[in-house]
Amino acid sequence: MTILPPERDPEGQRPPATTETPSRPHPTRREFLRHAALFTGTVAALGGGLTLLTRRPGAVDTTPGENLVWRPDRPLGPYDTTEAVTPYREATTYNNFYEFGLGKDDPVRLAGSLRTRPWTVSIDGEVRKPQTVDLGTLQSWFPLEDRIYRMRCVEGWSMVMPWLGFPLAALLRRVEPTGQAKYVQFTALHDPEQFPGQRSDVLDWPYVEGLRLDEAMHPLTLMAVGLQGRVLLPQNGAPLRLVVPWKYGFKSIKSVVRITLTREQPRTTWSAAAPDEYGFYANVNPAVDHPRWSQASERRIGELGRRPTLPFNGYAEEVAHLYAGMDLRQFF
Amino acid sequence: MLLDAWTGALGANPVQRALHQTGLLALVLLILSLACTPLRLVFRWTWTARIRRALGLLAFGYAALHFLIYLFDQGFVPGTILTDVLERPFITVGFTALLLLVPLALTSRADSVRRLGFARWQRLHQLVYVSVSLAALHYWWGVKKDHTAPLMYALVIAALFAVRVVWKRRQPVRGRATQPGD
Repeated sequence: MTILPPERDPEGQRPPATTETPSRPHPTRREFLRHAALFTGTVAALGGGLTLLTRRPGAVDTTPGENLVWRPDRPLGPYDTTEAVTPYREATTYNNFYEFGLGKDDPVRLAGSLRTRPWTVSIDGEVRKPQTVDLGTLQSWFPLEDRIYRMRCVEGWSMVMPWLGFPLAALLRRVEPTGQAKYVQFTALHDPEQFPGQRSDVLDWPYVEGLRLDEAMHPLTLMAVGLQGRVLLPQNGAPLRLVVPWKYGFKSIKSVVRITLTREQPRTTWSAAAPDEYGFYANVNPAVDHPRWSQASERRIGELGRRPTLPFNGYAEEVAHLYAGMDLRQFF
Repeated sequence: MLLDAWTGALGANPVQRALHQTGLLALVLLILSLACTPLRLVFRWTWTARIRRALGLLAFGYAALHFLIYLFDQGFVPGTILTDVLERPFITVGFTALLLLVPLALTSRADSVRRLGFARWQRLHQLVYVSVSLAALHYWWGVKKDHTAPLMYALVIAALFAVRVVWKRRQPVRGRATQPGD
């Protein structure tokens, strides 16, 4: 409202209430200043608000970890892809790891709180040699292998990741599954002190994933401890993670502390949180849509266009036989 | 965001980031434009009425940009987009919210109120209530997990609606001639 001082309002009348800008040909200096101030204030408030809303990822630490055995010029193995590897920076700054937070940049920003040494892994359930083993010892049992795998996220983006690890099959053979073992259940570390995301109950912590025993024994299934020649960074699932390249990324559980062989199909975190959207199998399948989006195509990180998604993420020749006779629309 | 693009700070998936931010900005601006009337009623601020049209048009601009980026994201393949719009409620709802804003943007010229008549113009612009509700629902569905943020936006919208309802009840007879359906 325009409120003029009395000496400038000889009639003692206020202008009528109106929502329209006074259309005087020559606004007074006072009015001009008032409008300018109002305009500047509005623009500043709006701009400030919008800037806050569209906050950029903060300064991030992507210092490569300690070096592992890495042979960048090694001959490619039978499972490697020849596609261009996703740059290390992208692979370590664009991550889904809800234990740290829901944002893609939360993991790299908050990764410092995770202590990856010492680290022990328990292997129990239907095995003849249940045990708890220190990560260093576990790693020394098997020679590390380079595997350049495609990775497809259920959200419709993908990367090419040069993992370092050992086949899960080697570990399972060592602990000798009993005849009763049908499934393998993986449990991630549950510690809200180290994983700030676990202080909110967006998911039912700890994160649990599972595979059928034959999937777990497949030579493609890897336990990874490194990425591109470096020790895994926390945002990538340090110090030990599962990699199942023909399934959506969420199956490849990070920061594993326990591996249990079971008779029954494990209740996995995402299939329990949203059973209609995330199945137990989670095989990459362009023919089965997510309820809210198509899975027919994907964006390779670093590219602007989309590329068609391949059945089993391009590993159909190796793994399709595991699902012979199964209706993959039902068992998605 | 343009600054981010210039400095390469858009992150690893710039298309997705642009999609999310334009969508969020459209919703925020739409809510701000809806806040103008309650602020005027409660605090008797009249300056809000002057920026309401600008906020509304800006919201429409961002919503349209959001849709364009979505089209780009889908590679402009008409089949895919048609399936999305028709069969996926999440997309259907967002698309409807945008469609409802089109007539509003078209009748935001200074002489539109006079040409349509105030009552018709006002009834037309009440579509914004439907549109903002659908937009909030679209946001809700778009989030994979943790609906805190969409819930906050929905609550703000509900609060703005509540102020309108309460005000109408408290002042059933206004000084001016009000039209039926007002």
